[in-house]
Amino acid sequence: MVEKKKTGKAAPKPKKAKAGPAAKPETAAAAPPVAPAAKPTAAAPGVAAASPLDGRPGTGIDTAVMVEHPHAGKINLRGDPADQAFLDAVRDAAGAAPPTDANTVATAGRNEILWLGPDEWLVVTPEGEQGAMETALGAALAGQHVSVVDTTDARTTIRMHGAHARDVLVKGCPLDLHPRAFGPGQCAQTIIAKADVLIHQRDDAPTYDIYVLCSFARYLWDWLVDAAREFS
Amino acid sequence: MFLIECPWCGPRSQTEFHCHGEAHIARPKYPDAVSDAEWADYVFNRSNTKGVIYERWVHNHGCRRWFNVARDTVSDRILAVYRVGGKRPEVTP
Ligand SMILES: [Zn+2]
Repeated sequence: MVEKKKTGKAAPKPKKAKAGPAAKPETAAAAPPVAPAAKPTAAAPGVAAASPLDGRPGTGIDTAVMVEHPHAGKINLRGDPADQAFLDAVRDAAGAAPPTDANTVATAGRNEILWLGPDEWLVVTPEGEQGAMETALGAALAGQHVSVVDTTDARTTIRMHGAHARDVLVKGCPLDLHPRAFGPGQCAQTIIAKADVLIHQRDDAPTYDIYVLCSFARYLWDWLVDAAREFS
Repeated sequence: MFLIECPWCGPRSQTEFHCHGEAHIARPKYPDAVSDAEWADYVFNRSNTKGVIYERWVHNHGCRRWFNVARDTVSDRILAVYRVGGKRPEVTP
């Protein structure tokens, strides 16, 4: 927990917004002394990212496989979907406009935009790209009444797939996950075993991404492993 | 399972929601100008209806938006769901 010092806001390098992955150790050392980060290495200045689920044993069941998909960039975005300028600016920055249909996901390359509410979305990027996305959204939306907040470190993602994935989830989730009600490209904020989650169905396997607060991740992971046991 | 129609997310389980009491109770515009009795009425007294009641609900485990509900306290049926700031819909239990 204590070592969990990650990307995001941990290392504000004021003028180096565009510094590529090849940022040199000397640069990092010259940065203002924010917190005594561990000795930077040439490969990765700062401390390696850790997840609450590192090393956690999975289900061992190939019809309900669980893998963690940690550290994906997650940016909370708020704005007015009735404002065309807002939709256009987000499309410019993220590659897709925020979906206005409830409980749906827009995909653009490796970025995804998940609907959270009538004026709220989660922009998901590949690991390490959240800073650039936050900057791009901020620039594209400059002057608009919006909110762009990097929440990458708040949640991790449990990816579950297999023929029994749905059967495992419904044991603790009140959402109707039957294919006639919930399918690929849909997402919903709901609860699993009393933990708040955001569920995104990716395909017909079915594969689900389950976003959960890091503080609930071990609890939910273990609950899911237990719930899957009857399918072994 | 008891389903509630979130005006934003659609039908969801009751367990995703919280009720926060009677709706359409206006805070006195000038609290300094009202009597203790009037203030107490605003703070404490509710209609406690047998029949249709208008309530504030929040989808706290979903989209986290607030909305209003017309509910029959006898049957527990939700008769209408409408947005905050909207007019009380006419409903019959
Ligand atoms: Zn909702």
